[in-house]
Amino acid sequence: MQSFPGVGVSPGRIVGTIRQMPKPLAEPPAGEKLASGTSAADAAAALTVAAKAVQAQLRDRAAVAGPDAKAVLEATALMATDPMLIKASVKLINTGTSAERAVWEAAEAVVTMLVNLGGYMAERAADVLDVRARIVAALRGIPAPGIPASEAPFILVAHDLAPADTATLDPAKVIALVTAGGGPQSHTAIIARSLGLPAVVAAAGVDTLADGTEVYVDGTAGTIATDPGDTERSAAAAWAANASFLTVFDGQGTTADGHLVPLLANVGGAKDAVKAAAAGAQGVGLLRTEFCFLERETEPSIEEQVQAYRGVFDAFPGKKVVVRTLDAGADKPLPFLTDADEPNPALGVRGYRTDISTPGVLERQLAAIAEAAQGTTAQVWVMAPMISTADEAARFASLCAAAGLKTPGVMVEVPSAAVTAESILGQVEFASLGTNDLTQYTMAADRQLGPLAALNNPWQPAVLQLVRLTVAGSIAERSGKPVGVCGEAAADPALAVVLVGLGVSTLSMTARSLAAVGAVLATVTLKEAQEIATLALHAANPTEARDRARKKLPILAELGL
Amino acid sequence: MSERKATVASSSGLHARPASLFAAAAGETGVEVTIAMDGAPIDDAMDASSILSLMTLGAEHGSVVVLRAEGDGADAALDSLVQMLETDLDAL
Repeated sequence: MQSFPGVGVSPGRIVGTIRQMPKPLAEPPAGEKLASGTSAADAAAALTVAAKAVQAQLRDRAAVAGPDAKAVLEATALMATDPMLIKASVKLINTGTSAERAVWEAAEAVVTMLVNLGGYMAERAADVLDVRARIVAALRGIPAPGIPASEAPFILVAHDLAPADTATLDPAKVIALVTAGGGPQSHTAIIARSLGLPAVVAAAGVDTLADGTEVYVDGTAGTIATDPGDTERSAAAAWAANASFLTVFDGQGTTADGHLVPLLANVGGAKDAVKAAAAGAQGVGLLRTEFCFLERETEPSIEEQVQAYRGVFDAFPGKKVVVRTLDAGADKPLPFLTDADEPNPALGVRGYRTDISTPGVLERQLAAIAEAAQGTTAQVWVMAPMISTADEAARFASLCAAAGLKTPGVMVEVPSAAVTAESILGQVEFASLGTNDLTQYTMAADRQLGPLAALNNPWQPAVLQLVRLTVAGSIAERSGKPVGVCGEAAADPALAVVLVGLGVSTLSMTARSLAAVGAVLATVTLKEAQEIATLALHAANPTEARDRARKKLPILAELGL
Repeated sequence: MSERKATVASSSGLHARPASLFAAAAGETGVEVTIAMDGAPIDDAMDASSILSLMTLGAEHGSVVVLRAEGDGADAALDSLVQMLETDLDAL
């Protein structure tokens, strides 16, 4: 048995066979010539066959894709056999260039043209590069880049997954995610939690396993082992039995002694909201409005926005819905708001800061939220992402007031906001801790980097201290303004108990985690949660903090969490 | 050589979905059809069945473009393509 330790990011135990995500394609060397014995005509014919095969693959994928992905895939399929691309490639082949290099260069010229056109066209350049990689792979007879196609369900092993990969991930086929790179808050981790897939990241060496290898994945312990035996198989079976129990949340978040902690859902639009309501969520703690408009080139009209937000409000009549204004930038660019060329986008003009560079968008969004709130019974709260100072909070509150929105708040993601929570809460009605970014900024560790996974861990005592300071700021401000958590940390049942012990009043998470968090929270009293929080807060490192908390929560082992 | 002018009716111009629909339709006519912006030299005309050419043409909503084709079926092909350009394909 070979074992690969990593970081568990989404619970679950499963035995299955693996499929490796193909490595990124190597560029055909510049100046590569036709192989001896291959005529230009043969190479051109091979190119046509490869292009048609790629077109057929893309059309097959388009046929089963959702409406948005379908349009993109159909356009990409057309690009594969595009006459301009093929003609330019054949011209190069006729000068003695290999088919692989010819299509590489011909596509490069198109990409340059599209990039120079800017805006929407520049973004389509990525589609041309995707088509190029697929054609070269087809010419070489190797698997196309991207998530492998398979009839049977499999465990996907990759170096790391990009947001674009996760969009094409079929949860009926992929039963667990394992990456050699990536950190606990990488996209792989987020997508795994939202799909309820067991996942382990930063497991060095897994990318050397052969396709078809049978492995045991433990998303709680963060391990992968080959040659699973009876112990592993029965652990997987026990998880499968528990998993169905852990999908039911009774809709009442509370500690054992009746201290109420509403458990809310993080949603990206009306579809998510309907699912979250069905899963028992007591409201929405984070509506990521940018997810309604991620594919958009231009600012959505007020009417479109009203419709998108109202769909969410209607799913939660009488309940709280916290709307976060557009959080564009870094890993979530929106062409109408962000500059793709910043040298350090995580520290750039993102979140609330885009109001400096693109004024007006925020005011129109607030107007749309206010209009959408009319005629619904949802309690609409609004918060700004990436607030750093009390002045920013005050300005955001005045914009909300001007739009007729009564409950303005802020995200606490920047350490300065946690440290100055008292004066910030003097300006707004509530705060919500975004633990993913708060961890990245506190530890100065990029969320996406595997080598920094140990730093980028919300159990870091420094992060817990900032949570404590934010709550202390609210107490010092003296009007009992609520401090919630809407980051991925709230979805970890053990960490959720610690957060409640630190004085957090609501927890918002992916709807999949509500049942597990609810079940664990119900086993401790508020006083016990406070004691566990104190133990974690004074741990020397995140592993010790987590171990201390888990030791006090025997329910976790019972449920396999 | 047959020639037609058409005004692009799609609200997003000849990009994205309208461009894929139009390129596919031009490819299906079986006639070589070229497209150019109105007033551009004939040498700059591009293959109308190439989605990449259409994307680099930069035709916006309201732009006037010139379609050209030769031989059997040229007129029928151009007529159907003109009708397509003058429909708002984004609204379909």
